[in-house]
Amino acid sequence: MKLDRTGLSLIVVVVMLLVSGPFLPSWMVSLLNVSMCYGIVVLGMMLLMRTGLVSFGHGLYYCLGAYAAGLIDQVWKMPDMLLMVAGSIVATAVVSAVLGLLLAKYREIFFAMLSLAFSMILYGLLVKSASLGSTDGFNVAAKTVGGVAVEGDTLRVTVFSVTAVILGIAAFLLHGYLASHRGRLAGAIRDNELRVEYMGASVFATVHFNYVVSAVLAGIGGALMAVNIGHIDPEMTYWPQSGEFVFIAILSGTGSVFAPLGGALVFESVRSFAYEYSPNTWQMVLGITMLVVMIFLPGGLWSLFTRGKAKEAAT
Amino acid sequence: MSVILDAKGLNKSFGAVTAAADINVAITQDSIVGLIGSNGAGKTTFINMVTGYLKPTSGTISFDGRDITRLNPRQITRLGICRSFQIPQLFNTLSVSENLRIGVGIVVQAGGRWGGGKGQGYDDPGRAVDAMLDQFHLGPYRNRAAGLLPEGTRKLLDIAMAMVVRPRILLLDEPTSGVSADEKFSLMDMVMAAVQEHKVTVLFVEHDMDVVSRYTDRVLAFYEGRIIADGEPALVLDDVEVRKFVIGGHAAAAGGGGHA
Repeated sequence: MKLDRTGLSLIVVVVMLLVSGPFLPSWMVSLLNVSMCYGIVVLGMMLLMRTGLVSFGHGLYYCLGAYAAGLIDQVWKMPDMLLMVAGSIVATAVVSAVLGLLLAKYREIFFAMLSLAFSMILYGLLVKSASLGSTDGFNVAAKTVGGVAVEGDTLRVTVFSVTAVILGIAAFLLHGYLASHRGRLAGAIRDNELRVEYMGASVFATVHFNYVVSAVLAGIGGALMAVNIGHIDPEMTYWPQSGEFVFIAILSGTGSVFAPLGGALVFESVRSFAYEYSPNTWQMVLGITMLVVMIFLPGGLWSLFTRGKAKEAAT
Repeated sequence: MSVILDAKGLNKSFGAVTAAADINVAITQDSIVGLIGSNGAGKTTFINMVTGYLKPTSGTISFDGRDITRLNPRQITRLGICRSFQIPQLFNTLSVSENLRIGVGIVVQAGGRWGGGKGQGYDDPGRAVDAMLDQFHLGPYRNRAAGLLPEGTRKLLDIAMAMVVRPRILLLDEPTSGVSADEKFSLMDMVMAAVQEHKVTVLFVEHDMDVVSRYTDRVLAFYEGRIIADGEPALVLDDVEVRKFVIGGHAAAAGGGGHA
């Protein structure tokens, strides 16, 4: 995989986060943490949207990743942050590989609604599971990172740093995948599945693979959120959560791996400040933000950076 | 010359409508075959059966000695049978070069397995795309979205996309339809230069008899799902039944002008 401009930019961003982490105020660390976790989830949403699919049920994998992390901590008594992330990857990869066999056959509203249905099934199961805390969920706490014990302020900075590094790795790998022979098929499938098959590539296999990748990214985001927030509950797979991911993905655009990261930061900032200064109408502020973006930037915020290319393609 | 494509006893019915009736045809390697006939005669049905889009009601199709009757389009493409479409099937939001890059990537991914193990990969995908753009004179459009191309260029890109996956047989469904009279021959010259360079066997559906007689070395005339004449272009186009059922139909449709 080549280290191009995007790869180098990602390294710069991650280094800047690592260097500035210890000096940032706690409110900003929290804001960035949540943005980074959402950003990872929305990277997966971006991959699906490039393939022509919109999932209204990615809360399923976000929640599954968080619960996998929680169970590693609470049941297996191994509160290691990296182990939790690894557990979320395995859990979401297995579940999405199975569900993907069905979902990869559907498109448009059928795909969206089926994915929503699966997320609501998990919600129902969790709500009825007293051993998993039912609607209250349970607390999660990472005490080691890669076997090294961390606590107090060091823990806060370490969790922030590890989240930033994982975000960088996820974005870098996804960028490499999108530029690969197989990754390029996403846009082709969105445009014309018939032609893809008549060029000798399997639409089903590609959609299935992209679905699993997007689910794993959602799971990683969920596990990191669990570690950052310290609590998980079934709301993570409830439909408004999935809708939030779609919201950020549309707000961001799909032109680059930077789009979801920037979009998540904008979304979380608008929400946080709106909640702070307008606690009774913060949803309205978010709605107006979305409306403005959709009217003036139908390609999402990232289209601000790609207007030149779009003009070239049209002439 | 060895037989590369062999159709035996092909029949295809849609309810009470017979689209193909007892079609028997053997295509030899490196030949250029024209399929003629009025609308609904069974030409596109034949192409659709060969490329796996339709399954014949009965009969068999073999490619290079292998039965491909029940294979799907992807499997058939991977064996080396590719096609273009009457309505160009492009990746409309992607640039022209990206449309071709997709095909190069598919071939590279498949590696030595392409074309039944007889195909070759591309060493340098970028150069392969450039070469394709040059060969089909698509260079000036390389960064333009395929959905914004003029119709003749869309046709050309559609054919280039079939060629970029290195076929051994290329099936073209009305390659010059929607193309202006001035551009027809330059388009066909470009396509024929490419297929001759890569030694590709070609079957193409065509309504323009000038194009048929100029570029083919064999013609199959279809009428009501059957092949009513098969042979050298001059002989087939002069056949009484062909003149009555195929060319006559075109002459009438063209207002009595006729092309032959």
